[in-house]
Amino acid sequence: MNNAIHQPQTVVVLGGKSDIARAIVVALDSASLRTVVLGCRNTDTADAAGLEAQLSGATVTARHFDATDHAGHADWVSAVASDHGDLDIVIQAFGQLGLDAADDPVAAADLVNVNYAGAVSSGLAVADRLRAQGHGVLVALSSVAGVRTRASNFVYGSTKAGLDAFTTGLGHALHGSGARVMTVRPGMVRTSMTEGMDDAPFTVDAVDVAAATVNGLRKKKAVVWAPAKLQGVFGLLRFAPDFVWRKLDT
Amino acid sequence: MGHQELLTGWGRTSATSATVESVGADDVAQVASGQRGAIARGLGRAYGDPAQNGGGAVIRVQPSANPVWIDTVESTATVDAGVSFDELLRRIVPHGFFVPVTPGTRFITVGGAIASDVHGKGHHRDLTFGHHVLSLDIVLADGSERTIGPDADADAELYWATIGGMGLTGVITRATFRLLRIETNRCLVETQRLPDLEALIAAMSDGDADHRYSVAWVDLATKGSTVGRSILERGDHATLDDLAEHAPKALRNPLAFAPGSLASVPPVPNVMNRLAVRTFNELWFRKAPKQHIGTPTLTGFFHPLDGVGDWNRFYGTSGFLQYQFVVPFDAIDTLREIVDRVVANGNASVISVLKRFGAESGGFLSFPKPGWTLTFDLAAGVPGLGPFLAELDQLVVNAGGRHYLAKDAHTTPDIIRAGYPRLDAWKAIRRSVDPDGRWASDQARRLDLL
Repeated sequence: MNNAIHQPQTVVVLGGKSDIARAIVVALDSASLRTVVLGCRNTDTADAAGLEAQLSGATVTARHFDATDHAGHADWVSAVASDHGDLDIVIQAFGQLGLDAADDPVAAADLVNVNYAGAVSSGLAVADRLRAQGHGVLVALSSVAGVRTRASNFVYGSTKAGLDAFTTGLGHALHGSGARVMTVRPGMVRTSMTEGMDDAPFTVDAVDVAAATVNGLRKKKAVVWAPAKLQGVFGLLRFAPDFVWRKLDT
Repeated sequence: MGHQELLTGWGRTSATSATVESVGADDVAQVASGQRGAIARGLGRAYGDPAQNGGGAVIRVQPSANPVWIDTVESTATVDAGVSFDELLRRIVPHGFFVPVTPGTRFITVGGAIASDVHGKGHHRDLTFGHHVLSLDIVLADGSERTIGPDADADAELYWATIGGMGLTGVITRATFRLLRIETNRCLVETQRLPDLEALIAAMSDGDADHRYSVAWVDLATKGSTVGRSILERGDHATLDDLAEHAPKALRNPLAFAPGSLASVPPVPNVMNRLAVRTFNELWFRKAPKQHIGTPTLTGFFHPLDGVGDWNRFYGTSGFLQYQFVVPFDAIDTLREIVDRVVANGNASVISVLKRFGAESGGFLSFPKPGWTLTFDLAAGVPGLGPFLAELDQLVVNAGGRHYLAKDAHTTPDIIRAGYPRLDAWKAIRRSVDPDGRWASDQARRLDLL
């Protein structure tokens, strides 16, 4: 159960190696937090112990999770719930940048399969469980890259656009069920996924996204931007003429 | 057929969705509980999550056509569990009776009063509501109905597991309890204004035994030299002679009881900001005379907030918590420390309440025990509440104290276990009558009560 001040007892991460998701788990730590499950493709490198050391008393376990095993997602969620009880917060954090996707149709389709199709099938499986327990929050990591796609990463951006449309729509579908969805739209974040890349404007760290996420949970928001000012920035950029938009993307 | 409903407690936090079934007492056993179980809900005045059951069933037990029976010779009442204190008082006060114990609202049900084993301003003398219950009817997990009571031949163990048992032993459908005889619908109340916490502690330690009722309103929102300034109210039910002396006009209709509701609060954003709270407290404190004897109505004395419908909306959509704990009398330093921390933290809301408890009632999970109990409200949307409350929780249990399950909305299984040494014994009794987990609530899951 999430208590009255939005502290969860059980947190599940899909894409358990995500720096942002792990920072969110640390930000959600409290005397109430008991169980963290890290769903990872390769559990050997999940470093559950490393995360556990940053928490005040919760047990962290790694569990094999494959974002592309669409047929297995419902069973995966059921198995986690039968082992650990109600899922209070599920963080959907898996995803790849797919830097070569624009030049490789197969790699692009694979990226869609992970970032978008995986998010849809696992998101629906999670939603089913949350609806059945009458409460819980799905936190989905979207990206401003999907708000308006750019030449430099439009395949990645398109998967996040699809994910974003899916999760915000799922939130509407769950309205009144006790379950909620919160879609998080970070800008550029310094993580292992973006290592070696130059900072874009408004680049933040994983802990900043985590703080914005926890704040959004407290305020029961449907969408969170990180940093918050990106909401205003993209409110304008969305309508910038194409030649201006292309100029900005250098 | 039931319907899906998003439910919260009075604090309007942690909403979950359940199938709500409104049934008569005879049909409780028929309610399908499924995998997530079922829990009875009265008027939803517990602050946190004990009367909600995400994904499961929530049972509202409807009163029958004749829900209240009064035995005027024995001074007892037999009442359907779904009857509210509001309705009960409207029926019994004109006959010269009052409930043996009432909390600060009359919008609770008899079933809820037993399941939470509620207390009131008279606890130092009258103990809890459960203490006055003579027998109760309960529907058990296997569908059978039993009449149980405090005597050894009436399932006394199950009875004391049910008094304060948060509805987790079964669904209470009817209860017989003692009533209090009263001569008038007024109280004779002595009000005293005290400058700080130490003066209050001294005054309460000294004179409580002389009055049936005693409670202090404390200002925990104002810093400085006036920390703990308070208004101590001590009183008794007014007799006809009292009225002749103090309020002769009230003698015209001394047992009338027909309180109206003033107005309901519309949905508003949180207006309980610090300025509003301090202004309210300043006015509240100033309006009380230094020393005064008055004759408030029963409603004015026992249920002052009931005049404002839906006052919980003042805290906006984020809701609020009511933090209530008790620490033993010898842990007075812990009380002082908590008061200091709450004042320093600056988030306490309007008028907090301090009271001295009398003996335990006997319920395995009943909250009151001898000591000081302090109650204050906090807006739930304030950032950083978690660590602050976790520290208070620890201070309370380290001092041998505990928290009130009917108020709790945030704490942990460890804190509850530390505060209730008979928890395991209670669980064993509970499991003996509900081996398959038919009864469940959000609070029970959150606090590992099952």
